[in-house]
Amino acid sequence: MIERSPFFNFVTYAAMVLGLLVVLVPFWIVIVAGSQSLQEVSRVPIVLWPSSHLWENIQAAWARADLGPKMLNSLIVAVGVTTGKIVLASLSAFAIVFFNFKARMVCFWLIFITLMLPLEVRIVPTYAIAANALLPFQVVLDALGITGLVEAVSSVRISLEWNLLNSYTGLILPLVATATGTFLYRQSFMTIPDELVEASKMDGASPIRFFFDVLLPLSRTNMLALATIMFVSSWNQYLWPLLITTDRANYGTVVMQLKALIPTQNGTPDWNVTMAGALIIMLPPLLIVAFMQRWFVRGLITKDK
Amino acid sequence: MERRAYYRNGVLPWLLIGPQLILVLVFFYWPTSQALYWAFTLEQPWGGGNSWIWFDNFLAIFRDSDYWTTVARSAFYALCTTGLSMAVALFLACFVDRSLKGTKIFQSVYVWPYAIAAPAAGVAFRFIFAPQSGIIGSINQIWPGIWDPSTNGMHALAMIIICHAWLGIGYNFIFFLAALQMIPRSITEAGAMDGARPVRRMFDLQLPLIAPTVFFLLIMNLISSFTDSFGLIDTMTEGGPVGSTEVMVYKIYFDGFKSLDYSGAAAQSIVLMLLVIALTFVQFKWVEKRVHYN
Repeated sequence: MIERSPFFNFVTYAAMVLGLLVVLVPFWIVIVAGSQSLQEVSRVPIVLWPSSHLWENIQAAWARADLGPKMLNSLIVAVGVTTGKIVLASLSAFAIVFFNFKARMVCFWLIFITLMLPLEVRIVPTYAIAANALLPFQVVLDALGITGLVEAVSSVRISLEWNLLNSYTGLILPLVATATGTFLYRQSFMTIPDELVEASKMDGASPIRFFFDVLLPLSRTNMLALATIMFVSSWNQYLWPLLITTDRANYGTVVMQLKALIPTQNGTPDWNVTMAGALIIMLPPLLIVAFMQRWFVRGLITKDK
Repeated sequence: MERRAYYRNGVLPWLLIGPQLILVLVFFYWPTSQALYWAFTLEQPWGGGNSWIWFDNFLAIFRDSDYWTTVARSAFYALCTTGLSMAVALFLACFVDRSLKGTKIFQSVYVWPYAIAAPAAGVAFRFIFAPQSGIIGSINQIWPGIWDPSTNGMHALAMIIICHAWLGIGYNFIFFLAALQMIPRSITEAGAMDGARPVRRMFDLQLPLIAPTVFFLLIMNLISSFTDSFGLIDTMTEGGPVGSTEVMVYKIYFDGFKSLDYSGAAAQSIVLMLLVIALTFVQFKWVEKRVHYN
């Protein structure tokens, strides 16, 4: 780099330390407050140095927000979304990139348009579909007259119903139904040279064999990137789980529980317990991002280029 | 880039792409069209018929001055969040791009906010900015009432904006740094040889060269501030005090699920969808034109 003057280097470090403060101060305050006792945390001004009550506070938060089962639920949802997305995205990208069929471009666009509208924007109708996920099929059958026909022939009325409220499927499926992963896999598959396809064809490998023995190993980095991004985003979901789980006790996720940890207006201001709870809730995705950084940064950047 | 070597198979591609297509149809296209249908009809929340009322739902929300306040507030919120977050991230990326010794450590910490759940950050910032306790409390002791997000709407909004901007730093930083590092060193060196100082190079060289990234991030941040704010607002203020932090997404949620006004909420959803679609289109048009800068 040019201009290695000591002064400019000093400015650079000073700016970077300033940035470090901006990023780390909220974490620091969470840790500090989470480790203090009620008296210490209520002191004004607060002492910005950790105390010794972290473990007690974590236990209190764990009990108050029932974090054990909720952690498990969050883990199930995050792992479910991540694997579901990787499997579906790799398969559909394989079909789009390596097969020549008439509706290829139509399928491509059908999937890619979903990138445009995040779940939050279409939350009300998506909630309605979760009450009965088979409703679209029922409507199609009704419209085609199949329902009537079957009823006339066998006197059985077809009424499809599949309620997704308060279920892991309901928590997971709508989050899987977007194009992020497909896009990522498509980008990665596009870089695979034609010669490789031709060679494996010549060797008599079936498409499926080619997929498992050539494509998947070659796109391993891509898979790690996607896994990180999906794990983080599904663990951090808030609005969707809030709507779809009326049975909080059994299907609530940890992020939903944050609100239950906030001290009430007139209750004890035990922010130390709140902060300890927030700390353990934010920890799993943070660890994953910290350790997987190299891969997921690459994934994020290729995603939109 | 078109591929020459294809597989030809009548059934297999459909089996591969089928699951994804079904999911997308059920959880994307059906709800979206349902929202359209609701927006043009009046429906009772628990059964009963729908009557087709054309644009009455839209007219109703457009005539509502509260709605326009919410829209204006959302726009203000989006602009502030985007500007603040991108400015901090670009500032950091410029210095990290000098790759001095030890930069890697700074670089990896700057990404952390990306991993944090919005409600978790919301809870943390709520404590940081709480008027009675902790950090801001001491300032309030010196000048009583100078900061109180629980009664002052502007303070509450500022608190949420700062938190949202903080959350976006990691994502923006990754993109800015990648863009800066893609600029060929020779160009920077040529600029330096012509006597351009770092600040001059920043504005006349680097910024124009990373313009596509700046624009991409601008749109992504705007979309995210219009859509992702729910978790923050719900944990920090619940739209209060007296509705002064209610933005579009929160209003949709509130009207739809609390007031059970599905038609009104659907009409608002459509407006928000159109906004997001418009932003995305602007991006496609622009990036298409400008992305091949080298």
